[in-house]
Amino acid sequence: MAMEMRLPVARKPLSERLGRDTKKHLVVPGDTITTDTGFMRGHGTYMGEEKLIASVAGSVERVNKLICVKALKTRYIGEVGDIVVGRITEVQQKRWKVETNSRLDSVLLLSSMNLPGGELRRRSAEDELAMRGFLQEGDLISAEVQAVFSDGAVSLHTRSLKYGKLGQGVLVQVSPSLVKRQKTHFHDLPCGASVILGNNGFIWIYPTPEHKEEEAGGFIANLEVISRLRNCIISLVTQRMMLYDTSILYCYEASLPHQIKDILKPEIMEEIVMETRQRLLEQEG
Amino acid sequence: MASVTLSEAEKVYIVHGVQEDLRVDGRGCEDYRCVEVETDVVSNTSGSARVKLGHTDILVGVKAEMGTPKLEKPNEGYLEFFVDCSASATPEFEGRGGDDLGTEIANTLYRIFNNKSSVDLKTLCISPREHCWVLYVDVLLLECGGNLFDAISIAVKAALFNTRIPRVRVLEDEEGSKDIELSDDPYDCIRLSVENVPCIVTLCKTGKRVGKVLHASLQSVVHKEESLGPKRQKVGFLG
Repeated sequence: MAMEMRLPVARKPLSERLGRDTKKHLVVPGDTITTDTGFMRGHGTYMGEEKLIASVAGSVERVNKLICVKALKTRYIGEVGDIVVGRITEVQQKRWKVETNSRLDSVLLLSSMNLPGGELRRRSAEDELAMRGFLQEGDLISAEVQAVFSDGAVSLHTRSLKYGKLGQGVLVQVSPSLVKRQKTHFHDLPCGASVILGNNGFIWIYPTPEHKEEEAGGFIANLEVISRLRNCIISLVTQRMMLYDTSILYCYEASLPHQIKDILKPEIMEEIVMETRQRLLEQEG
Repeated sequence: MASVTLSEAEKVYIVHGVQEDLRVDGRGCEDYRCVEVETDVVSNTSGSARVKLGHTDILVGVKAEMGTPKLEKPNEGYLEFFVDCSASATPEFEGRGGDDLGTEIANTLYRIFNNKSSVDLKTLCISPREHCWVLYVDVLLLECGGNLFDAISIAVKAALFNTRIPRVRVLEDEEGSKDIELSDDPYDCIRLSVENVPCIVTLCKTGKRVGKVLHASLQSVVHKEESLGPKRQKVGFLG
Protein backbone atom coordinates (compact mmCIF):
# COMPACT_ATOMS: atom_id res chain seq x y z
CA MET A 1 0.00 0.00 0.00
CA ALA A 2 2.10 2.91 -1.20
CA MET A 3 1.06 6.46 -0.59
CA GLU A 4 2.35 9.34 -2.60
CA MET A 5 2.91 12.61 -0.80
CA ARG A 6 4.08 15.75 -2.43
CA LEU A 7 4.61 19.40 -1.64
CA PRO A 8 2.13 21.80 -3.19
CA VAL A 9 3.40 23.37 -6.37
CA ALA A 10 2.25 26.70 -7.74
CA ARG A 11 0.08 25.97 -10.73
CA LYS A 12 1.61 27.22 -13.95
CA PRO A 13 -0.65 29.53 -15.93
CA LEU A 14 -2.07 27.88 -19.02
CA SER A 15 0.41 28.39 -21.80
CA GLU A 16 -0.74 30.71 -24.49
CA ARG A 17 -2.93 29.00 -27.03
CA LEU A 18 -0.72 27.75 -29.75
CA GLY A 19 -1.42 29.90 -32.76
CA ARG A 20 -4.94 31.04 -32.04
CA ASP A 21 -6.12 33.86 -34.30
CA THR A 22 -9.28 34.95 -32.57
CA LYS A 23 -8.62 35.53 -28.90
CA LYS A 24 -11.71 35.37 -26.75
CA HIS A 25 -12.70 38.63 -25.16
CA LEU A 26 -13.00 37.71 -21.51
CA VAL A 27 -14.61 40.07 -19.03
CA VAL A 28 -15.37 40.11 -15.33
CA PRO A 29 -18.33 41.86 -13.66
CA GLY A 30 -17.77 45.61 -13.84
CA ASP A 31 -15.57 45.56 -16.94
CA THR A 32 -16.43 47.95 -19.72
CA ILE A 33 -17.26 46.08 -22.89
CA THR A 34 -17.58 49.03 -25.19
CA THR A 35 -18.28 52.73 -25.07
CA ASP A 36 -20.11 52.65 -28.40
CA THR A 37 -23.78 53.28 -27.66
CA GLY A 38 -25.01 51.87 -30.96
CA PHE A 39 -25.19 48.30 -29.67
CA MET A 40 -28.19 46.53 -28.23
CA ARG A 41 -27.77 45.11 -24.74
CA GLY A 42 -28.03 41.34 -24.42
CA HIS A 43 -27.85 39.01 -21.43
CA GLY A 44 -25.07 39.61 -18.96
CA THR A 45 -24.70 43.32 -19.67
CA TYR A 46 -26.12 46.57 -18.40
CA MET A 47 -25.84 50.20 -19.33
CA GLY A 48 -24.06 52.48 -16.88
CA GLU A 49 -22.55 55.91 -17.41
CA GLU A 50 -23.03 55.72 -21.17
CA LYS A 51 -20.99 52.58 -21.53
CA LEU A 52 -21.85 48.92 -21.71
CA ILE A 53 -20.69 47.06 -18.61
CA ALA A 54 -20.56 43.32 -18.03
CA SER A 55 -22.51 41.85 -15.12
CA VAL A 56 -21.17 38.28 -15.28
CA ALA A 57 -17.75 36.76 -15.78
CA GLY A 58 -17.46 35.23 -19.21
CA SER A 59 -16.75 35.80 -22.86
CA VAL A 60 -18.29 38.54 -24.97
CA GLU A 61 -20.35 37.42 -27.95
CA ARG A 62 -21.42 39.74 -30.66
CA VAL A 63 -24.09 39.08 -33.25
CA ASN A 64 -24.46 42.08 -35.56
CA LYS A 65 -25.69 44.76 -33.19
CA LEU A 66 -26.39 42.59 -30.18
CA ILE A 67 -23.73 42.21 -27.50
CA CYS A 68 -24.11 39.65 -24.76
CA VAL A 69 -21.81 38.04 -22.26
CA LYS A 70 -21.91 34.28 -21.99
CA ALA A 71 -21.03 33.25 -18.44
CA LEU A 72 -18.34 30.61 -17.98
CA LYS A 73 -19.50 29.19 -14.68
CA THR A 74 -23.22 28.86 -14.72
CA ARG A 75 -25.97 26.39 -14.07
CA TYR A 76 -27.56 24.67 -17.02
CA ILE A 77 -30.01 26.87 -18.90
CA GLY A 78 -32.39 24.68 -20.86
CA GLU A 79 -33.12 25.10 -24.53
CA VAL A 80 -35.58 23.10 -26.57
CA GLY A 81 -33.93 20.16 -28.27
CA ASP A 82 -31.02 19.73 -25.86
CA ILE A 83 -30.03 16.28 -24.71
CA VAL A 84 -29.68 16.02 -20.96
CA VAL A 85 -28.72 13.33 -18.50
CA GLY A 86 -30.54 13.68 -15.21
CA ARG A 87 -31.10 11.97 -11.89
CA ILE A 88 -34.59 11.37 -10.51
CA THR A 89 -35.03 13.15 -7.20
CA GLU A 90 -38.76 12.82 -6.56
CA VAL A 91 -41.69 10.76 -7.75
CA GLN A 92 -44.82 12.89 -7.75
CA GLN A 93 -48.40 12.32 -8.84
CA LYS A 94 -48.15 12.37 -12.60
CA ARG A 95 -44.53 13.31 -13.05
CA TRP A 96 -40.96 12.86 -11.93
CA LYS A 97 -38.66 15.59 -10.73
CA VAL A 98 -35.24 15.33 -12.34
CA GLU A 99 -32.06 16.98 -11.19
CA THR A 100 -30.19 18.43 -14.15
CA ASN A 101 -27.84 20.96 -12.57
CA SER A 102 -30.17 23.85 -13.41
CA ARG A 103 -31.73 26.47 -11.18
CA LEU A 104 -34.98 24.54 -10.81
CA ASP A 105 -35.58 20.83 -10.91
CA SER A 106 -36.61 19.63 -14.33
CA VAL A 107 -39.88 17.87 -14.86
CA LEU A 108 -40.56 14.59 -16.69
CA LEU A 109 -44.27 14.12 -17.17
CA LEU A 110 -45.69 10.64 -17.17
CA SER A 111 -47.27 11.37 -20.53
CA SER A 112 -43.84 12.24 -21.97
CA MET A 113 -42.44 8.86 -21.10
CA ASN A 114 -42.46 5.84 -23.38
CA LEU A 115 -44.48 3.00 -21.91
CA PRO A 116 -42.94 -0.44 -22.12
CA GLY A 117 -44.47 -2.26 -25.02
CA GLY A 118 -44.45 0.94 -26.98
CA GLU A 119 -48.20 1.39 -27.06
CA LEU A 120 -49.64 4.87 -27.35
CA ARG A 121 -52.59 5.30 -25.01
CA ARG A 122 -53.90 7.56 -22.31
CA ARG A 123 -52.11 7.12 -19.07
CA SER A 124 -54.47 5.55 -16.56
CA ALA A 125 -54.56 5.39 -12.80
CA GLU A 126 -52.72 2.07 -12.87
CA ASP A 127 -49.89 3.73 -14.76
CA GLU A 128 -49.69 6.37 -12.07
CA LEU A 129 -49.42 3.78 -9.35
CA ALA A 130 -46.78 1.90 -11.31
CA MET A 131 -44.61 4.96 -11.79
CA ARG A 132 -42.10 3.83 -9.24
CA GLY A 133 -41.67 0.63 -11.17
CA PHE A 134 -40.36 2.58 -14.15
CA LEU A 135 -38.18 5.15 -12.47
CA GLN A 136 -37.18 5.41 -8.81
CA GLU A 137 -35.35 8.07 -6.86
CA GLY A 138 -31.69 7.93 -7.78
CA ASP A 139 -32.15 6.52 -11.27
CA LEU A 140 -30.35 8.15 -14.16
CA ILE A 141 -32.10 8.94 -17.39
CA SER A 142 -31.21 10.47 -20.71
CA ALA A 143 -33.89 12.72 -22.14
CA GLU A 144 -34.53 15.60 -24.48
CA VAL A 145 -35.82 19.02 -23.56
CA GLN A 146 -39.40 19.38 -24.77
CA ALA A 147 -40.25 22.84 -23.47
CA VAL A 148 -39.01 25.52 -21.13
CA PHE A 149 -41.51 27.01 -18.69
CA SER A 150 -41.64 30.73 -18.04
CA ASP A 151 -39.82 30.42 -14.73
CA GLY A 152 -36.94 28.62 -16.40
CA ALA A 153 -37.89 25.08 -15.40
CA VAL A 154 -37.32 22.54 -18.10
CA SER A 155 -39.77 19.89 -19.24
CA LEU A 156 -38.22 16.69 -20.53
CA HIS A 157 -39.42 13.82 -22.69
CA THR A 158 -38.08 10.36 -23.46
CA ARG A 159 -40.25 9.71 -26.48
CA SER A 160 -37.63 7.87 -28.45
CA LEU A 161 -35.92 4.54 -28.06
CA LYS A 162 -32.53 6.13 -27.63
CA TYR A 163 -33.63 7.91 -24.44
CA GLY A 164 -34.66 6.33 -21.21
CA LYS A 165 -33.21 4.80 -18.07
CA LEU A 166 -29.45 4.35 -18.04
CA GLY A 167 -27.82 1.13 -16.95
CA GLN A 168 -24.31 0.38 -15.72
CA GLY A 169 -21.70 3.02 -16.19
CA VAL A 170 -20.06 6.09 -14.71
CA LEU A 171 -21.39 9.64 -14.39
CA VAL A 172 -19.06 12.62 -14.59
CA GLN A 173 -20.34 16.07 -13.68
CA VAL A 174 -18.74 19.04 -15.43
CA SER A 175 -19.65 22.63 -16.08
CA PRO A 176 -22.33 22.97 -18.80
CA SER A 177 -20.32 25.59 -20.67
CA LEU A 178 -17.65 23.03 -21.52
CA VAL A 179 -19.90 20.72 -23.51
CA LYS A 180 -19.77 21.65 -27.17
CA ARG A 181 -23.06 21.88 -29.03
CA GLN A 182 -23.08 19.28 -31.76
CA LYS A 183 -25.44 17.42 -34.06
CA THR A 184 -25.41 14.31 -31.94
CA HIS A 185 -24.50 13.79 -28.34
CA PHE A 186 -24.48 10.00 -28.31
CA HIS A 187 -21.07 8.77 -29.34
CA ASP A 188 -19.74 5.24 -29.70
CA LEU A 189 -16.02 5.54 -29.26
CA PRO A 190 -13.79 3.01 -31.03
CA CYS A 191 -12.08 2.09 -27.77
CA GLY A 192 -15.05 0.03 -26.65
CA ALA A 193 -17.09 2.45 -24.58
CA SER A 194 -19.89 4.82 -25.43
CA VAL A 195 -20.47 8.26 -24.08
CA ILE A 196 -23.49 10.55 -23.76
CA LEU A 197 -22.48 14.22 -23.53
CA GLY A 198 -25.42 15.88 -21.81
CA ASN A 199 -25.78 19.59 -22.50
CA ASN A 200 -26.30 20.11 -18.80
CA GLY A 201 -22.79 18.95 -18.02
CA PHE A 202 -23.66 15.40 -16.95
CA ILE A 203 -21.58 12.98 -18.96
CA TRP A 204 -22.46 9.31 -18.95
CA ILE A 205 -19.84 6.73 -19.89
CA TYR A 206 -20.98 3.16 -20.39
CA PRO A 207 -19.83 0.01 -22.14
CA THR A 208 -20.97 -0.20 -25.76
CA PRO A 209 -23.97 -2.54 -25.91
CA GLU A 210 -22.56 -5.04 -28.44
CA HIS A 211 -19.58 -5.63 -26.22
CA LYS A 212 -21.83 -6.64 -23.37
CA GLU A 213 -22.33 -10.05 -24.95
CA GLU A 214 -18.69 -11.01 -24.48
CA GLU A 215 -18.87 -10.67 -20.70
CA ALA A 216 -16.00 -12.93 -19.75
CA GLY A 217 -12.83 -11.27 -20.89
CA GLY A 218 -14.38 -8.08 -22.12
CA PHE A 219 -15.75 -6.96 -18.80
CA ILE A 220 -12.47 -6.08 -17.12
CA ALA A 221 -11.15 -4.46 -20.26
CA ASN A 222 -14.35 -2.43 -20.40
CA LEU A 223 -13.90 -1.28 -16.81
CA GLU A 224 -10.42 -0.07 -17.62
CA VAL A 225 -11.53 1.74 -20.75
CA ILE A 226 -14.31 3.46 -18.86
CA SER A 227 -12.04 4.48 -15.97
CA ARG A 228 -9.48 5.81 -18.41
CA LEU A 229 -12.12 7.80 -20.30
CA ARG A 230 -13.41 9.21 -17.04
CA ASN A 231 -9.97 10.38 -15.99
CA CYS A 232 -9.35 11.86 -19.45
CA ILE A 233 -12.59 13.84 -19.28
CA ILE A 234 -11.67 15.15 -15.85
CA SER A 235 -8.24 16.23 -17.04
CA LEU A 236 -9.76 18.02 -20.05
CA VAL A 237 -12.19 19.79 -17.73
CA THR A 238 -9.44 20.81 -15.32
CA GLN A 239 -7.59 22.41 -18.22
CA ARG A 240 -10.83 24.06 -19.43
CA MET A 241 -10.99 22.40 -22.82
CA MET A 242 -14.23 21.94 -24.71
CA LEU A 243 -15.63 18.42 -24.59
CA TYR A 244 -16.68 16.68 -27.75
CA ASP A 245 -16.08 13.25 -29.20
CA THR A 246 -12.86 14.12 -31.03
CA SER A 247 -11.22 15.85 -28.07
CA ILE A 248 -12.13 12.99 -25.74
CA LEU A 249 -10.84 10.42 -28.19
CA TYR A 250 -7.54 12.23 -28.77
CA CYS A 251 -7.08 12.63 -25.05
CA TYR A 252 -7.75 8.93 -24.57
CA GLU A 253 -5.15 8.01 -27.15
CA ALA A 254 -2.62 10.41 -25.64
CA SER A 255 -3.13 8.85 -22.23
CA LEU A 256 -2.53 5.25 -23.32
CA PRO A 257 1.18 5.14 -22.39
CA HIS A 258 0.34 6.11 -18.80
CA GLN A 259 -1.34 4.10 -16.10
CA ILE A 260 -4.97 4.95 -15.46
CA LYS A 261 -4.45 6.20 -11.93
CA ASP A 262 -1.51 8.38 -13.00
CA ILE A 263 -3.60 10.44 -15.40
CA LEU A 264 -4.89 12.63 -12.59
CA LYS A 265 -1.45 13.64 -11.40
CA PRO A 266 -0.96 17.32 -12.31
CA GLU A 267 2.16 16.95 -14.45
CA ILE A 268 0.85 14.01 -16.44
CA MET A 269 -2.51 15.72 -16.87
CA GLU A 270 -0.81 18.77 -18.39
CA GLU A 271 1.26 16.66 -20.71
CA ILE A 272 -1.72 14.72 -22.01
CA VAL A 273 -3.86 17.81 -22.54
CA MET A 274 -1.04 19.62 -24.34
CA GLU A 275 -0.72 16.71 -26.73
CA THR A 276 -4.48 16.66 -27.27
CA ARG A 277 -4.55 20.38 -27.93
CA GLN A 278 -1.78 20.08 -30.47
CA ARG A 279 -3.46 17.25 -32.32
CA LEU A 280 -6.72 19.18 -32.43
CA LEU A 281 -4.97 22.24 -33.86
CA GLU A 282 -3.23 20.14 -36.47
CA GLN A 283 -6.54 18.65 -37.42
CA GLU A 284 -8.16 22.06 -37.79
CA GLY A 285 -5.42 23.80 -39.69
CA MET B 1 -20.80 12.77 5.89
CA ALA B 2 -22.55 13.66 2.68
CA SER B 3 -24.18 10.88 0.77
CA VAL B 4 -25.29 10.89 -2.81
CA THR B 5 -28.15 8.87 -4.28
CA LEU B 6 -27.11 6.31 -6.83
CA SER B 7 -29.03 4.15 -9.19
CA GLU B 8 -28.93 0.41 -8.62
CA ALA B 9 -27.05 -0.13 -11.87
CA GLU B 10 -24.31 2.29 -10.81
CA LYS B 11 -23.95 0.49 -7.50
CA VAL B 12 -23.62 -2.84 -9.27
CA TYR B 13 -21.00 -1.34 -11.54
CA ILE B 14 -18.94 -0.02 -8.64
CA VAL B 15 -19.14 -3.28 -6.71
CA HIS B 16 -18.07 -5.28 -9.78
CA GLY B 17 -15.16 -2.97 -10.30
CA VAL B 18 -14.06 -3.23 -6.69
CA GLN B 19 -14.11 -7.00 -6.94
CA GLU B 20 -11.72 -6.73 -9.88
CA ASP B 21 -9.51 -4.33 -7.91
CA LEU B 22 -10.36 -1.48 -10.24
CA ARG B 23 -12.16 1.53 -8.91
CA VAL B 24 -13.97 4.08 -11.01
CA ASP B 25 -10.95 6.35 -11.31
CA GLY B 26 -8.53 3.54 -12.14
CA ARG B 27 -7.08 3.10 -8.67
CA GLY B 28 -6.69 -0.26 -7.02
CA CYS B 29 -8.50 -1.02 -3.81
CA GLU B 30 -5.50 -0.08 -1.71
CA ASP B 31 -4.37 3.04 -3.51
CA TYR B 32 -4.61 6.48 -2.06
CA ARG B 33 -5.23 9.65 -3.95
CA CYS B 34 -2.35 12.06 -4.31
CA VAL B 35 -1.63 13.94 -1.07
CA GLU B 36 -0.21 17.45 -0.82
CA VAL B 37 1.28 18.42 2.54
CA GLU B 38 2.44 21.89 3.47
CA THR B 39 3.69 22.98 6.88
CA ASP B 40 4.14 26.35 8.55
CA VAL B 41 1.20 27.97 6.80
CA VAL B 42 -0.30 29.96 9.69
CA SER B 43 2.13 32.48 11.10
CA ASN B 44 0.70 33.13 14.54
CA THR B 45 0.63 29.50 15.66
CA SER B 46 3.33 27.37 17.16
CA GLY B 47 2.93 24.90 14.35
CA SER B 48 0.55 24.34 11.46
CA ALA B 49 -0.02 22.15 8.47
CA ARG B 50 -2.33 21.96 5.51
CA VAL B 51 -3.16 18.69 3.80
CA LYS B 52 -4.99 18.22 0.52
CA LEU B 53 -6.18 14.73 -0.31
CA GLY B 54 -8.04 14.97 -3.59
CA HIS B 55 -10.84 17.42 -2.84
CA THR B 56 -10.43 17.18 0.95
CA ASP B 57 -8.68 20.20 2.42
CA ILE B 58 -7.65 20.22 6.08
CA LEU B 59 -5.90 23.00 8.01
CA VAL B 60 -4.43 22.27 11.44
CA GLY B 61 -2.99 24.83 13.83
CA VAL B 62 -1.18 24.02 17.06
CA LYS B 63 -0.83 26.58 19.83
CA ALA B 64 1.36 25.92 22.85
CA GLU B 65 0.22 27.53 26.09
CA MET B 66 1.19 27.12 29.67
CA GLY B 67 -1.13 25.39 32.03
CA THR B 68 -1.26 23.15 35.06
CA PRO B 69 -0.77 19.42 34.62
CA LYS B 70 -3.67 17.04 35.18
CA LEU B 71 -3.93 15.63 38.69
CA GLU B 72 -3.49 12.01 37.67
CA LYS B 73 -0.47 12.75 35.48
CA PRO B 74 1.59 15.44 37.25
CA ASN B 75 4.72 14.99 35.14
CA GLU B 76 3.15 15.34 31.77
CA GLY B 77 1.67 17.98 29.54
CA TYR B 78 -1.38 17.20 27.43
CA LEU B 79 -3.07 17.87 24.12
CA GLU B 80 -6.50 19.36 23.53
CA PHE B 81 -8.25 18.78 20.23
CA PHE B 82 -10.96 20.81 18.61
CA VAL B 83 -12.38 20.03 15.20
CA ASP B 84 -14.36 22.65 13.33
CA CYS B 85 -16.38 21.45 10.36
CA SER B 86 -16.95 24.76 8.65
CA ALA B 87 -20.08 25.34 6.63
CA SER B 88 -17.99 26.09 3.57
CA ALA B 89 -16.82 22.49 3.48
CA THR B 90 -20.10 21.03 2.36
CA PRO B 91 -23.73 22.24 2.57
CA GLU B 92 -24.59 19.59 5.16
CA PHE B 93 -22.43 21.41 7.70
CA GLU B 94 -24.59 24.49 7.65
CA GLY B 95 -25.58 25.76 11.09
CA ARG B 96 -25.00 23.05 13.65
CA GLY B 97 -24.84 20.24 11.11
CA GLY B 98 -21.10 19.82 11.40
CA ASP B 99 -20.99 19.60 15.20
CA ASP B 100 -21.67 15.86 15.45
CA LEU B 101 -18.97 14.99 12.98
CA GLY B 102 -16.59 17.41 14.68
CA THR B 103 -17.05 15.81 18.09
CA GLU B 104 -16.69 12.33 16.59
CA ILE B 105 -13.39 13.24 14.97
CA ALA B 106 -12.16 15.00 18.10
CA ASN B 107 -12.98 11.97 20.23
CA THR B 108 -11.11 9.73 17.82
CA LEU B 109 -8.08 11.99 18.05
CA TYR B 110 -8.25 11.91 21.85
CA ARG B 111 -8.35 8.12 21.74
CA ILE B 112 -5.32 7.95 19.49
CA PHE B 113 -3.22 10.25 21.59
CA ASN B 114 -4.30 8.75 24.86
CA ASN B 115 -1.58 6.15 25.06
CA LYS B 116 2.00 6.62 26.13
CA SER B 117 3.62 5.75 22.84
CA SER B 118 2.13 8.33 20.46
CA VAL B 119 3.71 11.49 21.81
CA ASP B 120 6.14 11.71 24.68
CA LEU B 121 4.14 13.98 26.96
CA LYS B 122 6.93 14.19 29.52
CA THR B 123 8.80 16.58 27.25
CA LEU B 124 5.89 18.97 27.73
CA CYS B 125 6.39 19.18 31.47
CA ILE B 126 8.05 22.30 32.84
CA SER B 127 7.84 21.69 36.57
CA PRO B 128 5.91 18.74 37.98
CA ARG B 129 2.50 19.49 39.47
CA GLU B 130 2.83 23.19 38.69
CA HIS B 131 3.51 24.06 35.08
CA CYS B 132 3.32 22.21 31.84
CA TRP B 133 2.77 22.90 28.17
CA VAL B 134 -0.71 22.38 26.83
CA LEU B 135 -0.92 21.97 23.07
CA TYR B 136 -4.22 23.13 21.66
CA VAL B 137 -4.68 21.43 18.31
CA ASP B 138 -7.35 23.04 16.14
CA VAL B 139 -8.47 21.24 13.05
CA LEU B 140 -10.38 23.15 10.41
CA LEU B 141 -12.19 21.39 7.59
CA LEU B 142 -11.98 23.65 4.59
CA GLU B 143 -13.41 21.28 2.05
CA CYS B 144 -14.91 17.85 2.49
CA GLY B 145 -14.02 15.46 -0.31
CA GLY B 146 -14.20 12.18 1.55
CA ASN B 147 -11.75 10.27 3.76
CA LEU B 148 -11.62 12.88 6.48
CA PHE B 149 -10.05 10.73 9.20
CA ASP B 150 -6.97 9.83 7.20
CA ALA B 151 -6.35 13.36 6.03
CA ILE B 152 -6.86 14.77 9.53
CA SER B 153 -4.44 12.30 11.08
CA ILE B 154 -1.80 13.18 8.50
CA ALA B 155 -2.38 16.88 9.05
CA VAL B 156 -2.17 16.57 12.84
CA LYS B 157 1.05 14.62 12.54
CA ALA B 158 2.55 17.22 10.21
CA ALA B 159 1.43 20.10 12.42
CA LEU B 160 2.90 18.50 15.54
CA PHE B 161 6.12 17.95 13.63
CA ASN B 162 6.14 21.63 12.75
CA THR B 163 5.40 22.78 16.31
CA ARG B 164 8.06 24.84 17.98
CA ILE B 165 7.69 25.15 21.76
CA PRO B 166 9.79 27.90 23.33
CA ARG B 167 12.45 26.69 25.68
CA VAL B 168 11.81 27.84 29.27
CA ARG B 169 13.84 27.68 32.43
CA VAL B 170 12.49 27.59 35.91
CA LEU B 171 14.40 29.80 38.31
CA GLU B 172 14.07 29.38 42.04
CA ASP B 173 14.23 32.40 44.29
CA GLU B 174 15.57 32.29 47.85
CA GLU B 175 12.02 32.58 49.15
CA GLY B 176 11.11 29.52 47.17
CA SER B 177 8.88 31.22 44.58
CA LYS B 178 9.47 30.02 41.09
CA ASP B 179 9.93 32.23 38.08
CA ILE B 180 9.66 31.10 34.54
CA GLU B 181 12.13 32.59 32.14
CA LEU B 182 11.67 32.51 28.42
CA SER B 183 14.85 32.38 26.40
CA ASP B 184 15.56 35.52 24.38
CA ASP B 185 16.37 33.75 21.16
CA PRO B 186 13.07 33.18 19.28
CA TYR B 187 14.55 30.20 17.47
CA ASP B 188 15.55 28.44 20.65
CA CYS B 189 12.78 25.90 20.97
CA ILE B 190 12.03 22.28 21.55
CA ARG B 191 10.49 20.10 18.89
CA LEU B 192 8.29 17.11 19.42
CA SER B 193 9.20 13.72 18.14
CA VAL B 194 6.30 12.58 15.99
CA GLU B 195 7.77 9.29 14.82
CA ASN B 196 5.25 7.27 16.75
CA VAL B 197 2.22 9.42 16.06
CA PRO B 198 -0.34 7.12 14.46
CA CYS B 199 -1.90 7.62 11.06
CA ILE B 200 -5.46 6.55 10.50
CA VAL B 201 -6.22 4.20 7.63
CA THR B 202 -9.90 3.91 6.91
CA LEU B 203 -11.17 0.66 5.46
CA CYS B 204 -14.50 -0.06 3.96
CA LYS B 205 -16.18 -3.32 3.14
CA THR B 206 -17.88 -3.26 -0.21
CA GLY B 207 -19.40 -6.44 -1.45
CA LYS B 208 -16.98 -9.17 -0.49
CA ARG B 209 -13.84 -7.10 -0.57
CA VAL B 210 -12.17 -5.08 2.14
CA GLY B 211 -9.99 -2.31 0.92
CA LYS B 212 -9.44 1.36 1.21
CA VAL B 213 -12.46 1.93 -0.91
CA LEU B 214 -13.09 5.34 0.59
CA HIS B 215 -10.41 7.00 -1.48
CA ALA B 216 -11.54 8.22 -4.83
CA SER B 217 -10.83 11.28 -6.83
CA LEU B 218 -14.25 12.75 -7.11
CA GLN B 219 -16.34 13.66 -4.15
CA SER B 220 -19.43 12.06 -5.60
CA VAL B 221 -17.65 8.81 -6.31
CA VAL B 222 -16.25 8.79 -2.79
CA HIS B 223 -19.65 9.34 -1.41
CA LYS B 224 -20.99 6.71 -3.74
CA GLU B 225 -18.57 4.18 -2.31
CA GLU B 226 -19.14 5.34 1.24
CA SER B 227 -22.86 5.00 0.84
CA LEU B 228 -22.39 1.42 -0.34
CA GLY B 229 -20.30 0.10 2.52
CA PRO B 230 -22.27 -1.10 5.52
CA LYS B 231 -19.53 -0.63 8.09
CA ARG B 232 -16.53 1.57 8.52
CA GLN B 233 -13.72 0.37 10.71
CA LYS B 234 -10.94 2.64 11.72
CA VAL B 235 -7.80 1.01 12.97
CA GLY B 236 -5.01 3.27 14.15
CA PHE B 237 -1.63 2.05 12.94
CA LEU B 238 1.54 3.08 14.65
CA GLY B 239 4.33 4.50 12.54
